[in-house]
Amino acid sequence: MKEINSFKKGITSGIPICLGYLSVSFAFGIFAVKSGFSVLEAVLISLTNVTSAGQLAGVPIIASGGSLVELAVAQLVINSRYSLMSISLSQKLGKSISMLDRFLISFANTDEVFAVAVSNIGNVGKRYMYGLIIPPIAGWTLGTLLGALAGDILPAVVSSALGIAIYGMFIAIVVPPAKKERSTALCVLLAIVLSCIFYYVPLLKNNIPSGFTIIICSVISSAVMAAVAPLPIEEGKDE
Amino acid sequence: MNNFFIYLLTMAGVTYLVRMIPLVLVKKKITNRYIISFLHYIPYAVLTVMTVPGIFYSTSYSVSAIVGFVVAVLFAFMEKTLVIVAAMSCFAVFACEMALNLL
Repeated sequence: MKEINSFKKGITSGIPICLGYLSVSFAFGIFAVKSGFSVLEAVLISLTNVTSAGQLAGVPIIASGGSLVELAVAQLVINSRYSLMSISLSQKLGKSISMLDRFLISFANTDEVFAVAVSNIGNVGKRYMYGLIIPPIAGWTLGTLLGALAGDILPAVVSSALGIAIYGMFIAIVVPPAKKERSTALCVLLAIVLSCIFYYVPLLKNNIPSGFTIIICSVISSAVMAAVAPLPIEEGKDE
Repeated sequence: MNNFFIYLLTMAGVTYLVRMIPLVLVKKKITNRYIISFLHYIPYAVLTVMTVPGIFYSTSYSVSAIVGFVVAVLFAFMEKTLVIVAAMSCFAVFACEMALNLL
């Protein structure tokens, strides 16, 4: 099978992802500093994690002195989608990719990197993949640095407005598939109801740490929907 | 802040393992329909739980957050890109808070 293996093509595909990440990680930088982290700590979190949802959930857990188990389980559940993406990506990797490359590339297998990599026709090679992941990692880290530094300088109204950026990105990921598939819309609805119950019922809110709330609500919604509306079995579909 | 590095290691370690283990180990396709379906729903459920009701407390005023939320949903419904949806939502919050400050 044909293998796409141009470093330049990888970089070219990675630059739009980098630009998107700059703006969202800028907001993360502000959020982290507001939550009590230093600029260096905020940058280290982004550089070592490269994940929006996991970092957004992790910061309040760390800031409130949550347990390591809570932090680990929250990351495991929130980032579990990457397992599926990694499984899917593993089927697209060409012969030029060694075991060592798999260890390195998986570090930056984000939602967007995954989506771009698998959208290629044919397999992807080592040079292409390294080209693809470098701009997003750079953008994610640099944006965090800028946001963390600018957090104090920016007028309150600007940093308040940027606080919603990450949520806007989440909405942009969730709404289009929910519009197309009724089952996904139902899953979203169920998740909203559960999440609000856990947030507004004082007994639950006061006794369950926020990291666990995310886990419990998302696992219940997904488990129910997988039982009620399992995906149709698609023979021979290359996904 | 020694504690920070233990937290950082835990967070980054788990995130990395979740991505790395399947990419290194899994060569075959998953065939269990329930697991495939569960994994299909998980990202949407997680992002939804993180967004609602958290988004309503992400800005200085609940009113501006609600406006930002509605604008984001509208632009997402029109299937605009992540950057556009996030930017329009921020702009809506900004405009709303400027108006509130004038009142």
